[in-house]
Amino acid sequence: MKILQDYFEFLQLRLPDIAARSGEHLMIVGLAVFLGCLVAITTGIILTRMKEGPISGLVFGIVNIFQTIPTIALLAMLLPLLGIGLKPAVFALFLYSLLPLLRNTYSGIKEVDQGVIESARGIGYSSMQRLWKIEMPLALPFILSGIRLTTVYIISWTTLAALIGAGGLGDLIIAGMANNDNFLIFTGTISAIILALVVDFILGFITRKNSEQSQQAN
Amino acid sequence: MIRFANVSKKYNDGFQALKNIDLELESGKIHAIIGPSGCGKSTTMKLVNRLIKPTSGTVFINNDDISKIDPVQLRRKIGYVIQNIGLFPHMTIADNVAAVPRLLKWDEQKTQTKVNELLSMVHLDPSIYRDRKPRELSGGQQQRVGVIRALAAEPEIILMDEPFSALDPISREQLQNELVNVQEELKKTIVFVTHDMDEAIKIADNIVLMKDGEVIQVGSPDFILRHPANDFVKDFIGKDRLREQQEIPTVKEVMTDNPATAYPERGLAAALKLMEQRRVDSLIIVDQRRKLLGYTPILNVLGHYQDETKTLGDVMLPFTYTVEPDIPFTVALEYMSQHNLPYVPVVTGEQRFVGIITRGSMVRLMAEVFPIEEIFPNGEVV
Repeated sequence: MKILQDYFEFLQLRLPDIAARSGEHLMIVGLAVFLGCLVAITTGIILTRMKEGPISGLVFGIVNIFQTIPTIALLAMLLPLLGIGLKPAVFALFLYSLLPLLRNTYSGIKEVDQGVIESARGIGYSSMQRLWKIEMPLALPFILSGIRLTTVYIISWTTLAALIGAGGLGDLIIAGMANNDNFLIFTGTISAIILALVVDFILGFITRKNSEQSQQAN
Repeated sequence: MIRFANVSKKYNDGFQALKNIDLELESGKIHAIIGPSGCGKSTTMKLVNRLIKPTSGTVFINNDDISKIDPVQLRRKIGYVIQNIGLFPHMTIADNVAAVPRLLKWDEQKTQTKVNELLSMVHLDPSIYRDRKPRELSGGQQQRVGVIRALAAEPEIILMDEPFSALDPISREQLQNELVNVQEELKKTIVFVTHDMDEAIKIADNIVLMKDGEVIQVGSPDFILRHPANDFVKDFIGKDRLREQQEIPTVKEVMTDNPATAYPERGLAAALKLMEQRRVDSLIIVDQRRKLLGYTPILNVLGHYQDETKTLGDVMLPFTYTVEPDIPFTVALEYMSQHNLPYVPVVTGEQRFVGIITRGSMVRLMAEVFPIEEIFPNGEVV
């Protein structure tokens, strides 16, 4: 029982610090995923506008490679280029977010029933109108689930960002390892998990709301 | 009017889909383009709204070269219905129907009025169906919406690409009927692609038969059935349909025109003799001007045989049913089976007797229509 009591004391003491680290953590995740969405969704849309061929293959190939580089290695490689701090961390995580976002956007749009596309074309939707009024609304559930998935695992990877001085909950873990402070390690880990679960729940809620809207009255 | 002038289409893979098509499709008619798969029927149709661009040649709508019209604008003026319906699943039925009017920036009030009017026209109560999503409707209902979506912006031309072929037979039949009814009123120029000859015959004013990228024959369903251009057309139409199309013979063609007749003044002994000669069991009684008076079955003759004063006129019975020579022979058969008659007399105006229809006439006719070689091709008549 003593250990619990100690831990609560520790929590009280550290609460402001934990909150600040969580805030940093969320900011890094938010920035990375936001940039990732911007780039990946746009690229995904552009790829669907093009004929299937070498270009989409190439883009997917490159993004795939980013995905396979071990996180630590990528961070290390970015150090000489971008230095330490927030920038390289966000950039690395952004690269990781690309593949799932891109893939979901691309296949979400590609999966739209060909009959629907053909009839939209045939009755006179321009290419842009087709994208915004038909393809995007129908692909939205895919894209949203891509964002949800990506966000959740970027939250867990962001703990590594502390290694290059970007802050976040990883700071607690690294400090805990340095000082052999189990409470610190435990707190950093649990906080990251709770963060991931909460964000997952919120995004899941949004996704459900969206699909309910598009399936109303069912 | 839609006109194809020397249109060819070659795909990038070298497949020659259309070979020098020259075709004119009159306004206000349903034109069925029909042929086996790969014959170029869909390609031909899609040339009209520029979903497919010809490799060479020109397509005209009312004498305007459509390659000079912006495809998006062009398509908004042409209704389009496809086989797998293609309703927008995320929009309500009303929004689906309103799609083209909105693209054309119609007044919203006018659009809504039109939507309700069209839904009612295909028997989908607007108050029930307006706000439903496509997936809540049956296939037949969905395609009704598909059809009225094509009609919404009041286009002159409507393209339909095998629109009913994915439906169950009952819905298909209903939609075909509705299309014919709607067309009666609206008089659109409809280009209807199908591979179903029954469908084409049922709905089309004009049939365009295609094969291997060429137009084989163009004409009304009746014309094509009566005068198939070649063996391919005959095969495509199918033997059964050709046979169906053979006209039902009239009573005049089938009747026996020299049955045993007698005047009413004839005595019974002479009548019996006549029956014996002609091997019949009843005599038809006519007067000198061949006016039909009645008939005497052999039993009546025998029953009064002892009475030498009696003539046929005294023992004859009147006919209740007669037929005229120009009606279809099947009507006479109908009478015979309904009233269980061995035969019916055929009379022209003023009861002038010209012949009779018997069950034997039917047998003779059947023998002509279904020659015995066809039933027993090897001559094994048993």
